[in-house]
Amino acid sequence: MSTFDTTQIAPTGHIPTPDGCVSHSRLERVLKSGRFAVTAELNPPDSADPDDVFQAAQPLGEVADAINATDASGANCHMSSIGICALLTRAGYSPVYQISCRDRNRIAIQGDVLGAAALGVSNVLCLTGDGVGVGDQPGAKPVFDFDSLTLLRTIRTMRDEGKFLSGRKITRPPQLFLGAAENPCIPPYDWRPDRLAKKIEAGAEYIQTNYIYDVPLFEKFMSRIRDLGLDKRVYIIAGVGPLASARAARWMRNNVPGIHIPEAVIDRMERAQNPSEEGKKICIELIQQMSEIAGVSGVHIMAYRREHLVSEIILESGVLRGRSGSASGN
Amino acid sequence: MYRLRLYSVRHARTFEWIYKRVESVMVSLDPFFRWVGYNRVERPVALVERGVKSLLFDCKMCGQCVLSSTGMSCPMNCPKQLRNGPCGGVRPGEFCEVKPEMKCVWALAWDGASRMREGSDRIKEVLPPVEHGLSGSSSWLRVSRELAAQRREVKDNARTTLAEAFSGARSIEPASAPLAEEPEKAVDRSSGT
Repeated sequence: MSTFDTTQIAPTGHIPTPDGCVSHSRLERVLKSGRFAVTAELNPPDSADPDDVFQAAQPLGEVADAINATDASGANCHMSSIGICALLTRAGYSPVYQISCRDRNRIAIQGDVLGAAALGVSNVLCLTGDGVGVGDQPGAKPVFDFDSLTLLRTIRTMRDEGKFLSGRKITRPPQLFLGAAENPCIPPYDWRPDRLAKKIEAGAEYIQTNYIYDVPLFEKFMSRIRDLGLDKRVYIIAGVGPLASARAARWMRNNVPGIHIPEAVIDRMERAQNPSEEGKKICIELIQQMSEIAGVSGVHIMAYRREHLVSEIILESGVLRGRSGSASGN
Repeated sequence: MYRLRLYSVRHARTFEWIYKRVESVMVSLDPFFRWVGYNRVERPVALVERGVKSLLFDCKMCGQCVLSSTGMSCPMNCPKQLRNGPCGGVRPGEFCEVKPEMKCVWALAWDGASRMREGSDRIKEVLPPVEHGLSGSSSWLRVSRELAAQRREVKDNARTTLAEAFSGARSIEPASAPLAEEPEKAVDRSSGT
């Protein structure tokens, strides 16, 4: 476990604890103190080696306020979200425990929520989950006992009322900062903001969005969000990620559910001399654009198989510049 | 039938009106159902309900019908059986992630709700997870029972408040502020329906 002795586990700078925090989450403190938050997605290993998790976390730690542990995203089997979270908390990182409704029923999920909180997890992200058909084991039984909203309301009840959904008492409620996802760039466009309002009603305190490559579409969404006053009731963290090549972008668009990449972006990748460098550049530009949009409180970087770029991207984008103690780290 | 289901969503406002009428008829029949026994009417009513709703909405008889809050688009037809809105995987043109040949049940739901009088507000309410034990049972009878119980509760509260406000009168003239259950025929059924 020597890998993390010298590792930075979060951006530098002390974050005071503002009033009204519901958890010990660093992410909650960053958002509630008005700082621009950075979260990053960890690529889960297909192994039982804890060092694989620490190695994957290392390039994210120095810039991310929280690291998302995915729950078999795309219905592909990997190390479990709760396992990764347990390892990350042990190493001092602040993970976001992603819960998908696809694989477990309400009994399993409520139990895991308590388990995760006991292991030191303080952020959860409630997701519906991709259908089993897109994954590596399409014959699996889709569960979907909860949807993301009933899941949010359930954890909220566990946290605030100290009860399971059955009414049975929880002696020590889980102190969790509750998040949900939103996908602003796919249909039904007109109803996405209303759906977000419903998620807030169900208990969401922060939102991490899917990849956004279509800035005008996202701006339209955000203006609706501001009109509805939702940006005052929830923290919105915009999802970004560096593309590897035009081919990879097309593949993602066709094979991963819920990804919208405009033709103009793919064209730009196609024309580039060095596609990898161009992907990074586009990502930095996106982050800078997101940070200018009123109501956006942070970025969530999903750099699948390009984790080594995350630090550079965030530092070059300059979004951590406002942090006290200089965010350049080390 | 898929085509009929799309028709029902397009005419969500009409179905909302019909549903309201059906609901009040079912609630006013509560004393009758109680007299015959809800368990005895369960099978025939469920049979009729299944026939009508399968045809119009591709009903799956979850037993907890929420059509009036989902724009008359049955959420049990969503392959993920979501009860609170579309997932993040909807395809271009509002087609389903899992069944690409089908329109997203929730895109239809919001469309249907926007045509409805109360449905456009009702769709904003967060609905609970499906209670799988109720699958196959009649939702219409459940609504009748639940609404009738709600109304009895309201009535009981009013009576209790009155009895407490005039506690002296009640102790000397109990019939002036009655609290005991009234026989069925004496209950005024017209109120509130």
